[in-house]
Amino acid sequence: MRLDELPDDVIALRARAGDWRQAVRLAGQALVAGGVVTDAYTERMVQVVEEFGAYIVIAPGLALAHARPGPDVLHDGLAVVTLDEPVAFGHPHNDPVEVVLALAVTSTEGHVTVLADLANAFNDPTATRDIAKATTPAAVRAVLARTQSES
Amino acid sequence: MKIIAFCGAGIGTSAILKVNAERALARLGIDAQIEATDIAGLAVAAEDAQVILASPELVKFIGKTYADVVVIENYFDLDELTRKLEIALG
Repeated sequence: MRLDELPDDVIALRARAGDWRQAVRLAGQALVAGGVVTDAYTERMVQVVEEFGAYIVIAPGLALAHARPGPDVLHDGLAVVTLDEPVAFGHPHNDPVEVVLALAVTSTEGHVTVLADLANAFNDPTATRDIAKATTPAAVRAVLARTQSES
Repeated sequence: MKIIAFCGAGIGTSAILKVNAERALARLGIDAQIEATDIAGLAVAAEDAQVILASPELVKFIGKTYADVVVIENYFDLDELTRKLEIALG
């Protein structure tokens, strides 16, 4: 999985979410649209937050929704959803969220490269804001790919 | 030396924390093993760990440990990670 080759199907821009559950579900729907997971995975991502809290908000404005590998994961994949209006997830420092990433992997091994690529992209503190402002999937890919050469 | 990067599912956020903690350690010139784990694996993984890295939301799940618990607010902020790891390991 290369971040600069994410298909348009898994990128949803300026979506509308009334609360964090809807925001996570939008990201899950993008994974479903891309053929990455089935609907059951979306609900498991919601359950992770219900169980453990808003720790998936890992940087200001940015959530990384995910759940464990399972039969509802068809292949490794990532989705990107930007929110029309930022949504509070209940994180003490990093709310509100304007970009939701959703990650699905088939095993706990083997997804290290994509996470290193994500780290490269988002270690740049302007990346979340730039993705939130993007108006086309190509613009999102361009931000994600800015530092790909370092990986 | 062993450091734990801890998250609810053991994929995703803990793996990002591991990647960036390795980068912070490289900055500090410190050699350490970093292991990403979920809540189920934490107790065993943390037995011989010096440091547990976790988000503020997850600290309450850690339980009793001899390791230093270091709370990371922004998983992508290498300056924060470097500063807090330097204090914990210094």
